[in-house]
Amino acid sequence: MADMLKRIPVREQDAKVRATNFEEVCYGYNKEEAMEEATRCLNCKNARCIQGCPVSINIPGFISKVKEGDIEGAYQVIGESSALPAICGRVCPQESQCECKCIRGIKGDAVSIGKLERFVADYALEHDIKPKKAEKTNGHKVAVIGSGPSGLTCAGDLAKLGYEVTVFEALHELGGVLVYGIPEFRLPKEKVVKKEIEKVKELGVKFETNVVIGKSTTIDQLMEEENFEAVFIGSGAGLPMFMGIPGETANGVFSANEYLTRSNLMKAFDNNYDTPIAAGKKVAVVGGGNVAMDAARTALRLGANVHIVYRRSEAELPARAEEVHHAKEEGIIFNLLTNPVEILTDDNGWVKGMKVIKMELGEPDASGRRRPVPIEGSEYEIELDTVIMALGTSPNPLIASTTEGLETNRRRCIVAEEENGQTSKAAVFAGGDAVTGAATVILAMGAGKAGAKGIHEYLSQK
Amino acid sequence: MYKIQKAEKLNENIYLMVVEAPRVARHCEPGQFVIVKIDETGERIPLTICDYDREAGTITIVFQPVGASTRKFAELKEGDAFRDFTGPLGCPSEFVKEDIESLKKKKILFVGGGVGAAPVYPQVKWLKEHGIDADVIIGSKNKDLLILEDEMRAVSGNYYPCTDDGSYGHAGMVTTMVEELVEQGNHYDVCIAIGPMIMMKFVCLLTKKLAIPTVVSMNPIMVDGTGMCGACRLLVGDEVKFACVDGPEFDGHLVDFDNAMKRQQMYKTQEGRALLKLQEGDTHHGGCGNCGGDN
Repeated sequence: MADMLKRIPVREQDAKVRATNFEEVCYGYNKEEAMEEATRCLNCKNARCIQGCPVSINIPGFISKVKEGDIEGAYQVIGESSALPAICGRVCPQESQCECKCIRGIKGDAVSIGKLERFVADYALEHDIKPKKAEKTNGHKVAVIGSGPSGLTCAGDLAKLGYEVTVFEALHELGGVLVYGIPEFRLPKEKVVKKEIEKVKELGVKFETNVVIGKSTTIDQLMEEENFEAVFIGSGAGLPMFMGIPGETANGVFSANEYLTRSNLMKAFDNNYDTPIAAGKKVAVVGGGNVAMDAARTALRLGANVHIVYRRSEAELPARAEEVHHAKEEGIIFNLLTNPVEILTDDNGWVKGMKVIKMELGEPDASGRRRPVPIEGSEYEIELDTVIMALGTSPNPLIASTTEGLETNRRRCIVAEEENGQTSKAAVFAGGDAVTGAATVILAMGAGKAGAKGIHEYLSQK
Repeated sequence: MYKIQKAEKLNENIYLMVVEAPRVARHCEPGQFVIVKIDETGERIPLTICDYDREAGTITIVFQPVGASTRKFAELKEGDAFRDFTGPLGCPSEFVKEDIESLKKKKILFVGGGVGAAPVYPQVKWLKEHGIDADVIIGSKNKDLLILEDEMRAVSGNYYPCTDDGSYGHAGMVTTMVEELVEQGNHYDVCIAIGPMIMMKFVCLLTKKLAIPTVVSMNPIMVDGTGMCGACRLLVGDEVKFACVDGPEFDGHLVDFDNAMKRQQMYKTQEGRALLKLQEGDTHHGGCGNCGGDN
């Protein structure tokens, strides 16, 4: 009998080997490991883990099916709440959601809920287990804007209720941030994202790529000319931020969005694809979130020596602990309490270095974290050829500026009710990063679910 | 898939294609552009819209093969298709939104260079359809490389072709033609210059001296074209602007062309490598970073 206080470890690709390839870092559980880990679940009556999940998956329910070895049954339990379990099992911050509420976690390790979810979902993809589909359509047409996590979730839920759903995507591939943002080594595109989107298609959802809402057509035109009765906006937060320091338009300065889009969406890391990337040999990534870790680990795999430059200390790093741990293992260097002042360029306009200043932590600011304060006279220079700015993103104003009556706030986010996604405009609902600003995949999925519920209530009463 | 209805080689360097893209054709305006991707492995290439037919649901594009992807475009024939064709992107030309009566009082001069004649055409055509005759200067290296001549003549007020080698029309650069027209006593309220960055830079230096407000259409490196990546950022005045969503047209007297031209060089070596790979197949080992090449 295994030690019930300890979780079953998950197999991973060796750090030295994976630093040179784009294969997935974590291998996940096999059936024996999953069934053994499942025995650690106490099947609490008042399960706190469910409260921690933004889409309220019946966690003890699916784990008890795993314990019995009924993986298909476990998949159907998850399917009641989530359309994208293989994705969530990989990218959700479980340690701050379901797993941090687990009773097992008080004395030992929390049950490895994320890895169990991933196992069940991967099993369903491998064995082609179909999600339950609506018996017939109800004749109501709904448009979903954006094929990222919130849009896919909203579309899947509505299709299960019998709606005729069409998802409009601006880019040439489906998946939104799952495809352009999160790298292959964390979330495989062919094996996981494409297949999970196929499951949403099997529910009857239609997809149209290359449609930029606000340009190719507008929300009002979708409703007036194409007879959509309701619209869900899940267009994400795609606009990159820059620091506004000297040298930022130099060659070799990227937004993390550009660097990741070239590598992930356009597959610049693969020689068979035409899109180039000036990957760099000495790279600094400015920022400390998940996107910064993704950009740094991508640059590393493209052959660079990589520094993370972050103005606060390790405790404040917004990235998931697992990502920081993986990044360190792979050899990323962390320059903490350090802030860029100026990007230095050569005569041809290329980056040759960055002037940075050391910081110390002062009083807590509005975010509750201690404010970083520059230490006077502590500037120094780092030699670099590439700088990647990973400072966060904000929603694209394209939709709001072309939709009359759609209210936005100071941060350009669409104003929407949390419980049903209702916006200031009738029949228009919204959720995900377009409403909250950049957040996580699972929060966007939660908002997609709320939007689907809101649209169903609205169209049922109409 | 987006079917090619017509594929024509205008001269040794420049190709024209009419592509089925009903959503783009229904909503586009002069000044906007599209992003075209040939197949799974191709790049997203921004191309200005040369013409559109709302009824037929088609867009006309004109391009000059420079990198690996556009060279593949050139091999497509009538009946073939592009995998992706997105648009219309960017903002329409400013005058599209202007009050038509006050616009009618303005004298507009267009200056197009090389393949830049293509985006000039829908603007001049739009003005013609609204009862406004604009003067148009189009420059090219020689007579054979001049494109869309009949089309442009049909919609321009006065049409002034220029060739660098003097084989046709005015002999010399487009800038000397602008100077000549102004010396002859012509007055222009606005100049719209579209072409290679170096041409736009010199037109702007001249029109600044002549005090003619000038609009340029910028064509920097782009990836998504919707404001997401920031690759296309430019210095306009002292502000950073994204050509894809804030432009592509800007006040030419405020654009930092030197910075824009440096940024244009960013992928020159990578593009060269991709092209060599395309031409030489497996016999070339470019892109590996080991062949020395142009490191």
